[in-house]
Amino acid sequence: MMDVKRRYVIPGDVIATGPLRPEQNVYQEGERIISTCVGISEIFENTVRVIPLTGVYMPKTNDLVIGKVIGTSPLSWEFDINSCFIGFLPAQDVFGRDYSPTKDELKQRLNIGDLVAARVANFDRSRDPLLTVQDRDLGKIESGELIEIAPSKVPRLIGKRGSMIQTIEMATRAMITIGQNGWVVVSCEDPEGLLKAIEAIKTVDALAHTPNLTERVKSMLGVPEGENNDTIND
Amino acid sequence: MTEDGIRCDGRRVDQLRNISIKAGVLKNADGSAYIEFGKNKILAGVFGPRDVHPKHMANQDTGILRCRYHMSPFSVTERKNPAPSRREIEISKVLKEALQPALILKDFPRTVIDVFVEVLQADGGSRCAALDAAAVALADAGIPMRDLVSACAAGKVADRIVLDVNNEEDQEGQADMPVAIMPNVGKVTLMQLDGILTPEEYKTCLQTAIGGCKTVYEVQRRALVERYFESGEK
Repeated sequence: MMDVKRRYVIPGDVIATGPLRPEQNVYQEGERIISTCVGISEIFENTVRVIPLTGVYMPKTNDLVIGKVIGTSPLSWEFDINSCFIGFLPAQDVFGRDYSPTKDELKQRLNIGDLVAARVANFDRSRDPLLTVQDRDLGKIESGELIEIAPSKVPRLIGKRGSMIQTIEMATRAMITIGQNGWVVVSCEDPEGLLKAIEAIKTVDALAHTPNLTERVKSMLGVPEGENNDTIND
Repeated sequence: MTEDGIRCDGRRVDQLRNISIKAGVLKNADGSAYIEFGKNKILAGVFGPRDVHPKHMANQDTGILRCRYHMSPFSVTERKNPAPSRREIEISKVLKEALQPALILKDFPRTVIDVFVEVLQADGGSRCAALDAAAVALADAGIPMRDLVSACAAGKVADRIVLDVNNEEDQEGQADMPVAIMPNVGKVTLMQLDGILTPEEYKTCLQTAIGGCKTVYEVQRRALVERYFESGEK
């Protein structure tokens, strides 16, 4: 592991001075690198960044998001993606290239209120995010429970190489789809497992800034410590 | 004021009233803060960044900031008409202009950040207290900021420069100067003066107010640290 210096910061805090490269959530003024949000600062090699603990979701190309249909226009669906921007899913993405507004009815495929797992195909400052469902595991979500968590805590819910989410999935046998926008869909055949998974996700949301979170979730879910996760699934 | 410099509420000339700030008090707002600044009790709530309505207000290049300062009918001794008065409209504008330099709105084109400030109990210096609460609420909402904004007033009462003028001193005093600064950046974002001061008095008054702002900043900082870093174990 490389040496990473971490510290709690609030907006305006000087994180470092010197020839370092400013990355996310920091800005440079002269020699000083200053935080722009509440979070945990990281100095890694010669880069400085802050992992925010609060804030809204800003779409990024290639993000997996969960969206809710809020409207249709003749050529596209409009999605609430828990952001300040509305997501657009072109009709051609679902119907194929020979889509014709006179022939096909958008609402037959996706109606208002439906949940959809989609990927952000394109987004820049001049246009609203363009979504796509042309990939494996994307498309309409038929069943499950929707949970909203803070978008800034999504990386914590996934964990290092997916460790956290694997722990929860294996202990509860639930299927969890995480959108980068902070919307999570949990489905599980066993109602008790569903409740446990929801509780675990909410715990991660509440205690995201604390260390040893995976261990804590494990003990909450009753996973014996140090045991290999694979054996639990049997 | 007595001869040895004790003021009508028992404070010394360079003493602030008691300040306490709590961040994240409202569940439905994206960010919020509650401040008690002496007898002032003020709630601030922030929404955004979100879609701009009416749409014609949206700016393609940058986000916009809207502020509303409002006094509750029961905030003063005689019932106040809840309709926005001339004074409230003016203070809303002043708050907006004092907060704007601290915010990095370029990151959110076509969106708006709404700041709502509700004065529950007023006792002089409410615009400064409102600014302090609004700054914490904005940081709580995770909006990128160059720095927090800390505000405090100073004034001239009975021919002496005093820090943090209360309602009684404001009525009887000779001058009142609310000042807001960005403490780490070292810039002034608000400076108003009501009354007459000599150039020397003006300098002392400004320095006194800036000193007060720095004390307020420590309280704001503690409020954010309590909210984000002390809810669980480290």
